[in-house]
Formats: sequence, structure tokens, C-alpha cells
Amino acid sequence: MQTKRTVFPNRVLPYALLLPQLAVTAVFFFWPAGQAVWQSFLREDAFGFRTTFVGLENYARLLADPTYLNALSVTAVFATSTAALSLLLALVLAVAVDRLVKTAGVYTTLLLWPYAVAPAVAGILWWFLFNPTIGLLPYLMDMVGYRWNHSLNKTDAMILVILAASWKQVSYNFLFFLAGLQSIPASLREAAAIDGAGPVKRFFTITLPLLSPTSFFLLVVNIVYAMFDTFPIIDATTEGGPAQSTNVLVYKVYVDGFVGLNLGSSAAQSVVLMAVVIALTVIQFRFVERRVAY
Amino acid sequence: MVENRPWLTALAHLVLIAGVVVVAFPVYVALIASTRGAFDFMSGVVPLLPGPHAAENYLTMLNSGISTSGAPPLAPMMLNSLVMALVIASGKIAISILSAFAIVYFRFPFRQAAFWMIFVTLMLPVEVRILPTFKVVADLGMLNSYAGLTVPLIASATATFLFRQFFLTVPDELMEAARVDGAGPMKFFRDILLPLSRTNMAALFVILFIYGWNQYLWPLLVTTDTGYYTIVMGIKRMADVADAYPQWNVVMAAAVLAMLPPVVVVVAMQKLFVKGLVETEK
Repeated sequence: MQTKRTVFPNRVLPYALLLPQLAVTAVFFFWPAGQAVWQSFLREDAFGFRTTFVGLENYARLLADPTYLNALSVTAVFATSTAALSLLLALVLAVAVDRLVKTAGVYTTLLLWPYAVAPAVAGILWWFLFNPTIGLLPYLMDMVGYRWNHSLNKTDAMILVILAASWKQVSYNFLFFLAGLQSIPASLREAAAIDGAGPVKRFFTITLPLLSPTSFFLLVVNIVYAMFDTFPIIDATTEGGPAQSTNVLVYKVYVDGFVGLNLGSSAAQSVVLMAVVIALTVIQFRFVERRVAY
Repeated sequence: MVENRPWLTALAHLVLIAGVVVVAFPVYVALIASTRGAFDFMSGVVPLLPGPHAAENYLTMLNSGISTSGAPPLAPMMLNSLVMALVIASGKIAISILSAFAIVYFRFPFRQAAFWMIFVTLMLPVEVRILPTFKVVADLGMLNSYAGLTVPLIASATATFLFRQFFLTVPDELMEAARVDGAGPMKFFRDILLPLSRTNMAALFVILFIYGWNQYLWPLLVTTDTGYYTIVMGIKRMADVADAYPQWNVVMAAAVLAMLPPVVVVVAMQKLFVKGLVETEK
């Protein structure tokens, strides 16, 4: 691990400096995480009087539970669609801004601000737009013969949460794509242009490959975002419904734990999710460290 | 650009204008809805032109809230959000700059272990370990308090990493010179490192302020006393009721008020925000 050539010779001070952070981390990260792991091996009876150690039974039940398997596939659909949609839109917008010199700043500002909107608020905004009785978009869709109703139709509900989640994420991806584009040396594109490569060919043979580190980084971040940070969107709009169609893994942990009071199962789900986040984080960190060393 | 292709430039403008319209549209509709009367939505589709009730809707929401649903007025909720965002942002910056200083400028047993302990918490969102964390906070008697709202969210691996990266780029000579002049570590930290980190701190502050303001699940769980409600979580309670009483005009007024402060911060501090974001994550 990197450090300075010379360091301060002090034995106690570094621990004192680390203390606040480590204390908060220990009390609010490691202790609860440990509790979750321990709880996931226990089963509590319905009245909370007795707990018994059941080993891996909670995990086995999870894998046999159709609602959990459903949540897995719902999460997969939701996360990949959200990541794909917001990455694609952001890339198109970033390429467009990168082309314009004079007005680029204005457009950047106009596209930037949804980052600051709370996911819960984003959910409410789209929910309102899509409201089956008074919403604007169902009214328009009705004119072409589609009856939109996200409180009854599973696909409609999924589309609603994907749109709200992507809307919020586009500005973030846009910023990173723009930074990536602007770090590509103009001389490369100019040389290709002199050799007769048109804009489309230049985009696919030069820009896109050079953007691939940024894209990969964003892909991981977006999957993490869609899997974990979209809880408020789901809770503020569909609440996992209709018929479990938008019940993603993170939402299920919450519902099973706080509403269903099924502590063992909720804890086992937490542990599975923690493993997923840690895996994704390690992938990302490894990758980022390696790229920094280039 | 490489060559002059006016049609490509025109296309770029077209794409961007379409993008801006799509991005702004939901907010435009919310703004319009918030200027309408309570009965404007009964007749069918949402109107697209502003109505005359803006001042009335906003003032009612700020001062008294939706009385029928027991939702508290917005002004105190916004104040709670502000307290929460400010405490989280400054708390995170304070504890992470100290630990980054310890990790970069000292060599001590368990340094590696401390680094990894912080690293593991990177991006481990509270949603994932929600039940046990809630239990810890309840056991500590921190429900319905500002401490309960903020302290559990204050540990931050990302901020520590940002400061660590930055400290590693600070020339070694500065510290050597300080030592030659007889400055101790804390004097060096206060007189040299802190002033140098001002921009990073400001950039990080913008991001963390938004993070704190936009918290949803955590305040939803730890506050049952309406006096501690934050606006982002409060909105959901109003919207839930809105299905029974179509008070969309005031719910949208609340949504607009909830997004106003963070959006203003981001737009006003755009440069710092972009710098902070790109550096934190990369």
C-alpha cells in the first residue's frame, strides 16, 4: 500500500485519528452485519419467544422459495434494463455535447440537475405522469389504443420503475461519459479523419474502444445503483406490486423483515446481498486501481 | 472539430434539445400541477398550463400541511432535512479527513487492517443490513433523534479514499519542510494540509449534502415522531393518501419543494460538484 517516503514518528496519534471513523464503522456496519450473519442461522417462532439454531436452513428455504426466485429475476430484468437504458441515453447525449464547443456548458447544466433529485421524488414524478386516471402519458397512449395501468399490469409497473430509475441516473452517466470523451486526444480523431474515416466509422473504431474503461466502470456503478439505491423509487410508487412484479431483492429484505417479521429469512437475504455488493465493489476497485496505474 | 459538417452539428443540437425536454418534462408537469386548484384534476387529464393557485398551495403546505392525512407542515420537515444533510456532510468530511491523514502520514501496526476495515464498508448501503442496523440504533435509544438520523450514516469509505488519493499527490517536501521547522503532525495538518484540501472538501460537501438530503429509507424507519420527519420521506405519506383524496396539486408542491434545495446546490456549485464526483468515483 502506498505511503509517504517519510512519516511522522508517533505511536498513539494515528489511532486517535482513526478512532471516530472506526468507532462508527464498528457500531453501525460491522456489528449489524455480524448480527445479520448470525441471525441468518436462527429461526424464531411466530411469537418471538424461542429461537433455535437451524444452520443453513434459511438459505435452503430461500432457494426453494418461488417469491425469492421471482425477486431474483425481477431484479435482473430491472437492473439490466435500467443500466442499459440510462447508459445508452447518456452516451448519445455526451457525444452530442462533445461535438458542440460554444453551447456545451449550457447543455451540461440543463442535463446535470436530475442527479440532485431524490429517488423517491423521481418515483413520485413519474408515477404522477403515468397515473391511469389523470396522467398525461396514459391519456396519450389511450389515443393509440393502449390501456395503461401500472397498478394492474405487471409490465406497465416494471416500465414505470425502469423509466423513473433511468431518468435519475442519466445525468450521472452523462458526466462520466463526457469526461471520458474529453480525455480522448483530438489528434487521434484528426488523423483518422485525414485517412478518410467518416464520423460514424471514427465513433465505432476510435471513440468507443477508448471509452470502454469508462463504460465498464459505469456498468458496475449502474448495476449497484439499480440493485440497491432504487429502493425509494419502488417504495414510493409500486411497493413491489402488482403481484410481486416489481419486488426487487432489496425491497424484499425490507418487506420480509419489517412487515412480515420473518427475521431469519430477511437476515439470510441481507447476507446474500452483502456478498453481492462486496463482490461488485472488489471488481470495481481492482479495475480502478489497475487503470490508475496505467 | 475535425471537419465542418453542419448537419452533424444540427443533429447534435436536436438530440440535446430532445434530451433536455425529456429530462425536464416530469418536473414541468409537477410545477404546473402545483399551481392548480384541488378540483382541476377531477375532469380527466392533467392540464399543461399554469393555474392561479400557486401561492395558496405552497403556503398551505409550508405552514399547515395536509391536515386530513396527518402530514406535518413542510417547513419544519425541510428544516429537519437541512439539519440532517448538513450534519451528515460535515460529519463525514471531518472523520474521513482525519482517518485519511492517519493512513497516509503514519506507519503503525494494523494500518493495513484499518484500511481494509474502511474499504469493506465502501458502497455497502444501509438498505442491505437494514434490520440489524435499525435494532442497534433502537437499542442505543437513538430513535426519534437527530443523532439517530445522522450518526449511522456518517461513516464513509468514499470520502476517506478521496482524501487519501489527494494526500498522496501532495509533495513530500512540504511535510519534510514542516518537520525541519519543528512542526508536529497536528500543526502540519492544520496549517498546511487543511488549507490545501479546501477545494476537495467543498466538492465533497456538495455531493454529501445531496446524499443526506435525499435519504429516504433511514428516516422512514428511525422517525415515528412527526417532529423528526424529513421532507423526502414525508412525501410518500402524502402521496399514499392522495389516492383516496386527489390532492395532487399539494403533493406536487411538496415534491417541488423537496427537490429545490439539492438542485439549487448542484447547479450553483456545478464546477465543484463535477470535480468532486469524477474524483470520488475514479
